[in-house]
Amino acid sequence: MTAWALMTRSLDAAVRPFEGIVAEHGPMVMRVCRALLGPADAADAWSETFLSALEAYPKLRPGSSIRGWLVTIAHRKAIDHLRGAARRPQPAGDLPEIPATDPAESSMDDELRAALDALPAKQRGAVIYRYLADLSYAEVGDLLESSATAARRSAADGIASLRKRFSKGAKR
Amino acid sequence: MSEKQIIDRLTNAFAGGGVDSDGRLHSRLAALAEKQGLLDVSYRTVDSPLGLLLLAATGEGLVRVAFSCEDHDAVLARLASDISPRILRTPRRLDEAAHELDEYFAGKRRAFSVPVDLQLAHGFRRSVLEHLRRIPYGVTQSYADVARAAGNPSAVRAAASACSHNPVPLVVPCHRVVRSDGTTGEYRGGPDAKRTLLAMEAAA
Repeated sequence: MTAWALMTRSLDAAVRPFEGIVAEHGPMVMRVCRALLGPADAADAWSETFLSALEAYPKLRPGSSIRGWLVTIAHRKAIDHLRGAARRPQPAGDLPEIPATDPAESSMDDELRAALDALPAKQRGAVIYRYLADLSYAEVGDLLESSATAARRSAADGIASLRKRFSKGAKR
Repeated sequence: MSEKQIIDRLTNAFAGGGVDSDGRLHSRLAALAEKQGLLDVSYRTVDSPLGLLLLAATGEGLVRVAFSCEDHDAVLARLASDISPRILRTPRRLDEAAHELDEYFAGKRRAFSVPVDLQLAHGFRRSVLEHLRRIPYGVTQSYADVARAAGNPSAVRAAASACSHNPVPLVVPCHRVVRSDGTTGEYRGGPDAKRTLLAMEAAA
């Protein structure tokens, strides 16, 4: 992209209202947040992801992969969460409360969740970003700081490991 | 278990009974965005006797009212390029405007008090809109009257054009401006909508 094309972005007629981004990608971002952090922190990470995305959105280059961009933000938010860095208190006031987790949902497929969490970090990341976020292996590689080939191998190894675990019928 | 079964089970495991089916996550996002000054345009729709209306507001006030005959998606895309793409559906921020419109259509309100943002109109067009806001309920003026009041008596066509491009119809009452020969003239919501409004105000 040339500098001129960047400067003339405002002339691009097809600027999409952010609401459409939330509507289209909200469920995918939630799946990723749930897989990365579990049901308790997923709602927070979801809000933080879209809030950061909203802030940066006017500067997003046209033609960027919205999906890849959102998952990259969610990935960073999840890391922040796991480090506890994002645990600053939310401003009080009249904000709607975070929805309570549906008990039916949190008990859903705990077994698979546990198996996924038990995978080595690269395999777990590759499985989540390839199969829950539907990113390309090149994008998965960028997120995991490895190559597309390595990302493909990690995803395959992760799936193979999950298969092995469930094929044995070995219930925990 | 096959590879496909594992992948299906994986995608089902985290889809969890839909996401945000009650809209609370979305409301929370909108509230946080507003608090942090990241919500440039909020919008909602509202039912009316003229069909579904789209209401959009900036922090300054109501910036756009669109009729159902205008493509609401296209109107929002236009707002995204003209004002900012930081747009969220935020009914709460437009509750008051929706309520005043309800009252207006019920014949219980003769003037609007919600703030209006005229940033989509410039120059003479804006002067015209500012004048329109002073035309009282049930009163009509001609395009020539409006051109004169807006400071350019010879700009009758420009005044008509300003009325037909009014970004905030109903609240800025361009429907109260009619042709000197008594016919209604152009209207964003269509000539029938304009006649309906004039009849409603005349009967009140």
